[in-house]
Parts: sequence; C-alpha cells; structure tokens
Amino acid sequence: MEYALLVHEKPGAYDGLSDEERQAVLGEYWTLRDDPRVVAGAALHPVETVTTVRVHDGDTLVTDGPFADTKEVFAGWYVIEADDIDAAIEIASRCPAARFGGSVEVRPVLEPRL
Amino acid sequence: MLASLVGFLGDFELAEEATQEAFAIATERWRRDGMPDRPGAWLTTTARNRAVDQLRRRRTQEAKAPLLEVRDTVEHDDGLGREPDDMVIPDERLELIFMCCHPALATEAQVALTLRALGGLTTDEIAQAFLVAPETMKRRLSRAKLKIKAAGVPFRVPPDHLLPDRLAAVLAVIYLIFNEGYSGRVDLATEAIRLGRALSDLMPDEPEVHGLVALMLCHHARRQARFTGEDLVLLADQDRTLWDAGQIDEARALIDRALALQGRGPYVLQAAIAALQTDDPIDWPQVAALYDRLARLTGSPVVELNRAVAVAQAGSPGAALAIVDQLALDDYPYLHSTRAELLRRLDRPDDAAAAYRRALELTHTEPERRFLERRLGSVL
Repeated sequence: MEYALLVHEKPGAYDGLSDEERQAVLGEYWTLRDDPRVVAGAALHPVETVTTVRVHDGDTLVTDGPFADTKEVFAGWYVIEADDIDAAIEIASRCPAARFGGSVEVRPVLEPRL
Repeated sequence: MLASLVGFLGDFELAEEATQEAFAIATERWRRDGMPDRPGAWLTTTARNRAVDQLRRRRTQEAKAPLLEVRDTVEHDDGLGREPDDMVIPDERLELIFMCCHPALATEAQVALTLRALGGLTTDEIAQAFLVAPETMKRRLSRAKLKIKAAGVPFRVPPDHLLPDRLAAVLAVIYLIFNEGYSGRVDLATEAIRLGRALSDLMPDEPEVHGLVALMLCHHARRQARFTGEDLVLLADQDRTLWDAGQIDEARALIDRALALQGRGPYVLQAAIAALQTDDPIDWPQVAALYDRLARLTGSPVVELNRAVAVAQAGSPGAALAIVDQLALDDYPYLHSTRAELLRRLDRPDDAAAAYRRALELTHTEPERRFLERRLGSVL
C-alpha cells in the first residue's frame, strides 16, 4: 500500500537549536529518504515563499501566502510503500517535526497513482 | 467464523456480507437437504465462496484494481489437500480484537466495532446501549470499516515492541464497555466480562488481562448489594450474602495467576485492591500501599484520593485530609464528599457541611444526591 506522509512543523520549532543541531535534524530527514520503503519525498521552502492560486468564474486569482493561516506549517512530504499502517506510523514517527511540536499526517494514496 | 473470514479477506464489510449470505443459504439448503456433518466448515466454505465470487465480480468491473490476493484454490480445498469438511476453522479472535482496537480508529469506533465483531451485538443493540440513534451507530461502524480497509489497519496481533501499548488499548476498550454497563445496563457488563475472559484464554501469559477480568468480576460480584431500592449502599454496609461468591473466588484465582506472572500493572493493582475490599476485616494499610503504587504508576489524582480514603480508614483522617488538600480536583464531586467525610470525622461539622454542599452542586445522579443530603443533615 502507498501512503503519503505529510509533515507539518510547528513554527519556530528549531529556533533554540545550534547550527550543528539543525544540521542533525536535516540529516534525519535525509536518512528517512534512504529507507527502502520511501518512494519519493521533498522538503518545501518556508511558508514565506508560498503563493496561492484559485480560479473563480474563469479568473485566476493569485495571492501571497498559504491558503489557510494555520498554526502548523506544511513543510514537506514523503510517499512510502508499506505493508500496513503500522509500518507507515513507524516511519512517520521518525520525522523530526513530530517530536518538535509538529505532526505528520498519514494518508493512504489512491491507486493508481497519478 | 467471522474472525477467520476477515483474516482471509482483509475486508470487514465483505466478510460480514458473505457470512450473512452463508447463513441465509444454510437456512434454505439445510431445511431441504438436512444438516451437513460439519456445519461449521460448511458455513465457512460457503461464506468464502460467496466472498470470492463477489471479489471476482468487482475485479471485472474495475479497471486496474490491486485489491486483495484471492487464493483461487479455496473452492476445492484449503491448499493442504483437505476437503472442506475436514477444514479446521482457525481462531483468529485475537487478531480481530487488535484490529478493532487499533489507535488509528476513534475510541468510540473501537468500542462499537469490538461489540459488533466480537460481542455479536447488532447495530441497533449497540446504538441502544450508548443512547445514540441507530443511523448514527450504523454510520460510525461503516466509517470505521472503511478506514480499516482504506488505511490498511492490519489484521494481526501486534509485534512485541508494539504489544504493550496496543494491549493497553484493548483492555481500555473492554473496561469502557464494562463501565457503561456498570451503572445499570447489566448486559454490557456481562459482555465485557465475556470478552475479557476470552482474551484471558487467548493470552494466558499476560498478567494485565487477568487483572482486568479479576477487577470486573470483583465489581460485578457486588452489583446486587450496591443499592437497596434506589439508595446507594456503602461498601462497609453492604449485605455480603448478596455478593456472588463464585465470581469473587474466580477473581482471586486470576489475581494469584497475575501476581505469579510478575504482574504489577494498573489492572492487577486495581484488582488486588478490589479483592482486598471483599475481605472482612479489610486490611486498609495494605490497600493504601497498593493505591500508593498505583498512583506512582498512573500519576492520577483520583487514585491519590482513593489512597486518602484508605489512609483514613486505616485510622489517620488528619493525614488523609492533608493528601486530599493537595489534589487539583475541584470539579470532582467525590473530592468534596471525601473532604466532607474527613472533616466530619475530625469533628469540624461546619467545614464538613460546606464541603457536602459543594459536592451536592457537582453530583450527577439521584441516589448520590439523596445520600449526600442525608450526610449533610447529619452534620447540621
């Protein structure tokens, strides 16, 4: 089964960390990418770089910022191939965001994948 | 039978439908042809066949559907060269209950699913038990089954590193069901005990399971004595002849087994406390010591409150009051009723009255209200 792991970070989660510690966190995300069950993944630029697009009555509306002002910020994603949800949960729990006040949403991917 | 079918198919909904169809066919067929030699195996085979047919139909309808692996040999034999009538139906109730109580499902869904799948209650019966509309319960169950399938909730006993947490969740669901029944609807309490006993048979080396069953039995054994008419009767005043001695004995045996397995978890401790309270006289210092262990394990202020009661019963109401005054339980009626009782014993009737009044503001049930009013009357 394929799952999308949607990583949400608490804003300012890494503020108190030294450069070294921050590198270590990044390293963890890269290590996860190396797990054979991880099929794809990407980290996203911070929320200040987001542009939102809507189409209303044929008009394309472009605005600065994310679609919703949420407490947690969508920071990146993985797509994994796992036997069941327990395997997905285990991988999700290793995302640093989860222990730094954020959360990881685990959602099954509708197959066939686009 | 449902359990083994769910295991085989990985699809709850399909398994249920197939089971129902099999029973319907059996009713017709057996009336006409008579009962087969192995009715259980006949039903299982028929249900599997119906499910396989259904899956085949779906497959041809859907373009590219991975779905489930369907073992094609099921119509002829079970893959081991045995004819259907010789098939042994595996007991997969353990796998089923862990699936039903998976943390990916909402607690109320876990409870409903457990009662439906293992308790064999109908959707309407479960709806009635939890005072919700049948449609609501039907939706709750459907959504849960859908999630199991879509999100890949596994049909298995969790691996060792996950087992402690997952087992705790299963026990919590069973105890929740029991407590729903404890306040009046006896059926749920009996159901919970039945589930607990089944789990206890299936997991004989897990002390917490025995602990939970023992705890439920201790409570259940005393149910006839808790009320005279509509009025609450305190433990000390209960008519012990109304207690079910058989259940209390069974509880004690289970506690012994749990202790022998080195069980010192929350359910074992609570069961030991409950069993001690069926003794005459009660060893209150021992009860207080067990509450102390339990409080450290759970960090629960309610447990500390119970410890205070035990300390008072052991002869130290002053020390008990000191414990109670440290607790952050201001909205909890039993905190105030306990304080009131302690103040009464310490000969502070005005303070006791104030505490009883506070308790009355917070209390939920009529029998408790009447009880507290009588106590209030005794200190005025």
